Amino acid sequence: MKRVIETKETSGQSPNYLLAKVQDLVDWAVNSSRANSLWPMPFGTACCAIEFMATAASRYDFARFGMERQAFSPRQADVLICAGRLPFKLAPVIRRIYDQMPQPKWVISMGACASTGGIFDNYAMVQGIDTIVPVDVYVPGCPPRPEGLLYGVLLLHKKIKGESLFDRVPRREEQPLDDRGLRLPPGEIDEISEPFGNSVHQFRSA
Amino acid sequence: MNPSVDALRATFGTAIGRALESCGDTIVYVGRDALRDVMAWLRDTPEHTYDYLVDVTAVEYRDRERPLEVVYGLRSLARRADLRVKVELEPQGDLTVDSVVPLWRGADWLEREVYDMFGITFRGHPDLRRILMWETYAEGFPLRKDFPLRGRFSRAEQVRQALAAHPEAHYSMEELSIAEAYEELPADMKERLRRGERGTVPEPE
Repeated sequence: MKRVIETKETSGQSPNYLLAKVQDLVDWAVNSSRANSLWPMPFGTACCAIEFMATAASRYDFARFGMERQAFSPRQADVLICAGRLPFKLAPVIRRIYDQMPQPKWVISMGACASTGGIFDNYAMVQGIDTIVPVDVYVPGCPPRPEGLLYGVLLLHKKIKGESLFDRVPRREEQPLDDRGLRLPPGEIDEISEPFGNSVHQFRSA
Repeated sequence: MNPSVDALRATFGTAIGRALESCGDTIVYVGRDALRDVMAWLRDTPEHTYDYLVDVTAVEYRDRERPLEVVYGLRSLARRADLRVKVELEPQGDLTVDSVVPLWRGADWLEREVYDMFGITFRGHPDLRRILMWETYAEGFPLRKDFPLRGRFSRAEQVRQALAAHPEAHYSMEELSIAEAYEELPADMKERLRRGERGTVPEPE
């Protein structure tokens, strides 16, 4: 075992076969533990939260997938589920909740409004929470059925199980706000906030 | 037609404008300067006693020629009678009316909402600041017809200004119900509350 560790330190990029197996075992253990006991932090602002509650209740019961304990405190949560539209007034709130969650953490954007602003293409609404916090899984629907949210949770499981502690890619970096106070470059925010569908026929100017 | 209209005409004369009936409700237009006297009279005169202020709101019509209207819904709980009072304001002129908070305490947040959405100033209001939008909101008054649907700033600028706001700064001490717990608050929050700081209005980049 000592030799294996020496090999990792000296060779850097290409570990040998035995080391790779050990790393796989560690990844499997860590990722299975993480994926199968996700503690969700519900951030429910609208009708999606009703479907979220249905998903949590006995008929659909996402406790079956390890989400037994809902953390109503960000400090004991793994996954932030934004269920519903997010007005600009709540933008600093969700950002602070995200910052308060300990690593590792993931975000599910539930429904059309959280993901894109939905039908609320107006002055008061954030056009997709990915302009505020990094998002791992987008669940479409208005609102999504509980099966939809469960499918999103299973996709998140898949994503977590595909991660590795050893590949030196910082997957879950904090993504702090830059010195402008933004998560993304302004041009990118403008681009993903562009209207689409029927709302392209409305104009910004009076 | 509500009999209060004729009584109003007899008491206030030319300060009372036209009156009309719509869907069973009587609407009476009142001059801006007489509003406070008319409302006090309607509330306190024994045979009228409109003791309940149902709503305060405002309307701007798509027709640019028509004036803005501030709308007051009154109800007499004892007599089970309704009266709608309107004040007309020229959109380009002085958007100021007298506050009715001294008459009905419940008008406080209603007038704040009208101020927030239309920019109408209520003279004599005890605490006239934005209520739905945050207080440093700098894009204007969203329900005015000249306000663009998606706001005046770019989306990136809107996100920047929203993220720059302090979540606690939206509320006064009373609204947070922490006036008694003041001594136990974190030092930075205590400092912000003591200064009465609600953040500064950010400049567009």
